[in-house]
Amino acid sequence: MGKLLLKNKEVAVPGEVIAEGMDYLPGFGTYREKEKIIANRIGLLFVDGKVVKTIPLEGRYLPKVNDVIICRVFDVLMSGWRLDINSAYSAVLMLQEASFKYIQKGADLTKFFSLDEYVVAKIIRVSSQNLVDLTMKGPGLRKLDGGQIIKVGTYKVPRIIGKKGSMISLIKDATGCRVIVGQNGYVWIQGDPEKELLAIQTIKKIEEESHKSGLTDEIKKYLDKKVKK
Amino acid sequence: MNEKFKDHIVKALNKNVRMDGRKKDDFRKITIETGVTCNAEGSARVICGETEVIAGIKMAVGTPYPDKSDEGILMTGVELYPMSNPDFEGGPPREDAIEIARVIDRGVRESGMIDTKKLCITPGEAVWMVNLDIAPINMDGNLIDIGTIAALAALKDAKMPELKNGKPDYKNLSKNPLPVSKNPIEVTVLKIGENLLVDPTQSEEKLLDARLTVSVLENSDICAMQKGGNSPLTDKDILEMVDLAIKKSKELRKLL
Repeated sequence: MGKLLLKNKEVAVPGEVIAEGMDYLPGFGTYREKEKIIANRIGLLFVDGKVVKTIPLEGRYLPKVNDVIICRVFDVLMSGWRLDINSAYSAVLMLQEASFKYIQKGADLTKFFSLDEYVVAKIIRVSSQNLVDLTMKGPGLRKLDGGQIIKVGTYKVPRIIGKKGSMISLIKDATGCRVIVGQNGYVWIQGDPEKELLAIQTIKKIEEESHKSGLTDEIKKYLDKKVKK
Repeated sequence: MNEKFKDHIVKALNKNVRMDGRKKDDFRKITIETGVTCNAEGSARVICGETEVIAGIKMAVGTPYPDKSDEGILMTGVELYPMSNPDFEGGPPREDAIEIARVIDRGVRESGMIDTKKLCITPGEAVWMVNLDIAPINMDGNLIDIGTIAALAALKDAKMPELKNGKPDYKNLSKNPLPVSKNPIEVTVLKIGENLLVDPTQSEEKLLDARLTVSVLENSDICAMQKGGNSPLTDKDILEMVDLAIKKSKELRKLL
């Protein structure tokens, strides 16, 4: 029988032996060396059934298939666009994935997406060389007009969204802003300026206190107090 | 910058909302630390929000300019390193870095803060040269104002090196400070649409229509100015901006 050498939710540092024996399987941020499972990234240990993985405390976004992300157009190509995805790698949006509509050959691509515009897109492919392909075909995938973009830590995104979107709907209800959180750490907010500011402050607060438990209740109280003023 | 995002932030400014929650005439929290490097004769680190600037003073002995044979020399340099902001590139200083250096230099020089006559060793032959170097470690806007505060703090922190056979002995610093007296605080006022604001972040700096840097002394005298940006300023704008700059300079002076 294998045994865990670290407790769940403890900090694992690179090189640290997390588990011994073949009963556990290595997940993200870990690798197997003979009988041992060793961490290769710093992060909080998370045991999910048989799989052990580490959740990074901080870091750049790593593209993953089926993630919905917010991206910035920084180059218009011959038949597509190159987008910044807040990662070490850039992504390509091919012409045939850009729209349900037919785009004629030789059309002016800047009419669809121009430089420095933001879009919501989904990752459809990540190659072994980390070439990322995106699609805009799907529900909720669109160009972002107006509003503003703020950046948050990539690994804080799950806390900002909350369980089944509980946290983000809390912010939306309290502030009346439209909010889209991309998995890559870009957040789009649009609304009344004062309410927008409150939404930004709330998101920053969640980011700072993301390690606490019972955060949703605390944020609810915080928002109630602020909105009443 | 995307035009639609610009409109959005300007609309918020028209309603008196800045996206970090400050008022239009609020500075971010400023902390000043002196004596941060061991090799410079004087140094200071100033942190203002996300912007962090280090200034250092290095003293050398050189020959004076022929037309000012009994006066010391002040040289100011600013380098914008790529580590401080992705918008900066390596290589020789560009227009933006040169402007910041010259505006800070002008404030210090024209205020008469340094008594250059006291920096003379032998008239016509040897004088002290004061090298003032300013480097942002992290840049989130308002480099001129924060650079000036760092420069003033470093100048006040500096100690003259001892002279040995006409050469400076950097290992033995004397207890004499530099001959500095005044405090020329620089305040940059931005005009975005019809809004006047101070201490911009980088995203606000990208939106500016016009800006005016005013260097103010203790008695509210103005000793230097610099206008930037593409839009013109009216008489009324300039008077309002100067009044705001004088008001803010009094608050900033308390920090030094």
